[in-house]
Amino acid sequence: MKIGLPLLAVVALAALAWLGCEYLRLQVLFGVVLPYLALLLFLVGFVYRVVLWGRSAVPFNITTTCGQQKSLPWVKHDRLENPSSTTGAIGRMILEVLLFRSLFRNLRTEKRGARISFGSAKWLWLGGLVFHWSLLVVLLRHLRLFLEPVPVVISGIGAVDGMFQIGVPVLFLTDITILAALAFLFARRVLAPRIRYLSLPADYFPLLLLLGVVISGILMRYAFKVDMLQVKEMMLGLASLHPQLSMSAGSALYVHIFLVSVLFAYFPWSKLMHAGGIFLSPTRNMPNNSRQVRHINPWNYPVQVHSYVEYEDEYREKMRKVGLPLDKEG
Amino acid sequence: MVKQPDKQELLDFGYQAPATPWLDTPVDFRPGTYCHGAKGKNLEAVGFPNARDWSPAEDDWKLPDEWQNTVIEGIADRMKKYRSFRLFMDVCVRCGACADKCHFYIASGDPKNMPVLRAELLRSVYRRNFTTSGKLFGKLAGARDLSEDVLKEWWYYFFQCTECRRCSVFCPYGIDQAEITMMGRELLNLLGLNTDWISGPVANCYMKGNHVGLEPQTILGNVEFLMEDIETVCGKHIEPSFNRKGAEVLFVVPSGDLYAEPGTFAFMGYVMLLEQLGLDYTLSTYASEGGNFGLFTSNEMAKRLNSKIYAEARRLGVKWILGGECGHMWRVINQYMDTWNGPADFLEVPVSPITGSKFENASSTKMVHIAEFTADLIYHDKIKLDKSRNDHLIVTYHDSCNTARGMGLMDEPRYIMNKVCNNFFEMPEETIRERTFCCGAGSGLNAGENMELRLRGGLPRANAVRYVQERHGVNVLANICAVDRAALPAVMDYWVPGVAVMGLHELVGNALVMDGESVRHLDMRGEELPRPMVQEESVTLAVDSQPVAEAAPSDLATVTGEGEKGAGKAVTDA
Ligand code: SF4
Ligand code: SF4
Repeated sequence: MKIGLPLLAVVALAALAWLGCEYLRLQVLFGVVLPYLALLLFLVGFVYRVVLWGRSAVPFNITTTCGQQKSLPWVKHDRLENPSSTTGAIGRMILEVLLFRSLFRNLRTEKRGARISFGSAKWLWLGGLVFHWSLLVVLLRHLRLFLEPVPVVISGIGAVDGMFQIGVPVLFLTDITILAALAFLFARRVLAPRIRYLSLPADYFPLLLLLGVVISGILMRYAFKVDMLQVKEMMLGLASLHPQLSMSAGSALYVHIFLVSVLFAYFPWSKLMHAGGIFLSPTRNMPNNSRQVRHINPWNYPVQVHSYVEYEDEYREKMRKVGLPLDKEG
Repeated sequence: MVKQPDKQELLDFGYQAPATPWLDTPVDFRPGTYCHGAKGKNLEAVGFPNARDWSPAEDDWKLPDEWQNTVIEGIADRMKKYRSFRLFMDVCVRCGACADKCHFYIASGDPKNMPVLRAELLRSVYRRNFTTSGKLFGKLAGARDLSEDVLKEWWYYFFQCTECRRCSVFCPYGIDQAEITMMGRELLNLLGLNTDWISGPVANCYMKGNHVGLEPQTILGNVEFLMEDIETVCGKHIEPSFNRKGAEVLFVVPSGDLYAEPGTFAFMGYVMLLEQLGLDYTLSTYASEGGNFGLFTSNEMAKRLNSKIYAEARRLGVKWILGGECGHMWRVINQYMDTWNGPADFLEVPVSPITGSKFENASSTKMVHIAEFTADLIYHDKIKLDKSRNDHLIVTYHDSCNTARGMGLMDEPRYIMNKVCNNFFEMPEETIRERTFCCGAGSGLNAGENMELRLRGGLPRANAVRYVQERHGVNVLANICAVDRAALPAVMDYWVPGVAVMGLHELVGNALVMDGESVRHLDMRGEELPRPMVQEESVTLAVDSQPVAEAAPSDLATVTGEGEKGAGKAVTDA
């Protein structure tokens, strides 16, 4: 059920768009109304979530240190794994966001009898990295549909991505890598018993939805041969807030657009928000310098303490007997 | 004495997933894997709610009325106060990178000991009460109601987390289960659900200044005994001062070092070193605890206990504070103390009067770690060390979780180690520094009744020690943590017999050549040295002031340690 339901949901969503456009001619709904709505939900939701996080205080400096602290001048300080300045923390964040530094540490723990051993386990890191970078390239590539003239950078990315000239129309490298990475991440969740055990439907759904988006995108180009000129016209219309529909573009296009819309609408309310959250994680984005620079807790409040005066009152006689200095003789 | 569990039984587990989903698997309170409940009088002493005697083994936990509301409001309140908490509730993708990084999971196979699932225990309730999908879809969205069973499950598993932060190192978003456990324990404390082994020490620290409740005269008496031991070892008579106004430095140690072996040997080491230097310092009976059991209870309680350090420094009029070897004590000092109880503007930026080095990294807290202090001395060649006095010891070094992952104090102790002993070998790299394994009993889990859990939690560490024991004949596990010194001897005796647990400054004390000392026949533990150490003959000065980073410590160890294998006699724990 953990996997079945999300799978069913994605298939149903795709079917909905197909049937809606093929038979009910709901192109306006799937091609204009829902995309705008999804974008709105995405933007509002994303900002809402980030603001909610941002409004929570950061009372303490709780850096997780992964290297040597800055202490004595002759002890080699690990600037990136244990930053002592904002610059260092930014460097650490760049490594996290762009290269998934922490995931690169991953190990596999094994037990044989009483022995515990550790093996390298870089597949998750590789799969995650390939997926996210491919996604970025795919997104950037798509900008060519929304912009006229197409910026050189964007067409350049498309050209490099399509360099291998596989098939006509040209198959992009990232189409393959993103598919492979998603398939790997999905297979891992299904096949690795431990990961399957801790997974929720909310973990399968986004994976399957993304797979749906990618597959529908590839299919519409290569199987259904959707006319990209029409697509571009439509997208330019959407982008300029003057939507023009193409009723002849084929329902495959609408399936793709609809799944993307669902993804956008779902994004802010799901675990996909890790994309925003990673920047705010206090264990990673703070420099470990709280002995050097006082960190202020905005809600620090006075607390009840047991003072020295009370202590001495309680133990005065005993303290006097052993010759401890006293503040009050009485 | 606690009955030791059978080894084969302990090891009879695997990492396969159980048949029932975790949401449908009830918690099993197995004796040996949880601590006694807090006593009413100890909660009362610090004004905690729902103070009463209770037992986790019984069905009725004597919860207050409306307890669910208290918890849910407590969650809402803490989400506003802690970005970490709210964020960590939201952003986990359940990638499982942290799953097999926790020593309790590694050594029990219990899936709820995977950091990610430990978090889900609380996250599921968060979803139910604070997210739309959780409210609408319930279990399908991984959400569940807060029932008494759920609460008991929290209690069981939040006191099976040592707040060691190893999971946080591996998480792509830095999700720190220690942080979630701290929140979970705060919530439990709103209902008076602490453990005896934490709440007792908290009450003691609050009223008497240290966690076993040593009264001032007892502290002095204990220290007097230790000074006699020092006299036996090196012929020097030392009288450290207490509560002395006008001293330059206040020295705060974890109280374990004052009364319990092997911490007392580290304490003797500190005192001998400071005596040799002629440092103008004083100890305090009021602030006689560097450690902080409040940290295992609630942020507020930790702050209340920690306040004594600055208060005492101010009262005595010292210039700065020196801190002994302790793990969570240093997490507190490094990441919380100044924020809670600062600014320490009545103190000065610490300067070592011996070397003139200014500790810029402590310019705000004004508190220096003794390993930083000693490393600086050795680097500047201010003390004489005779490494060969530690030749009977083959040493490996255990980074304590808190100094490694909540501070980054890693190379200072290693630098010292390489200067005070000839046989130093690192454990495998997956088990040291930021990837170090917990002793298995941190964050207040070191209770006798919790022995099975402690032994399990200590297994990954013991496993790495055995590795170097087999290869290099290691017979000493050095560390800079009072909890390590309390917890690891049992773990070593059980899994890797023949390995003694030793504070870093015990090794320093052995090697330190003091002015006017007698010929050393005994080491700090009062055990016969293989041959008498005549100081004129074998003094090795720490003159090679090489930066520590030039050679990896393990390289140094292999070079200097060759030919020494098996030369040392096995040191047993006194
Ligand atoms: S590593 Fe982090 S994101 Fe992955 S399961 Fe663990 S806590 Fe969640
Ligand atoms: S903090 Fe340590 S004990 Fe707690 S879940 Fe993480 S790895 Fe396990």
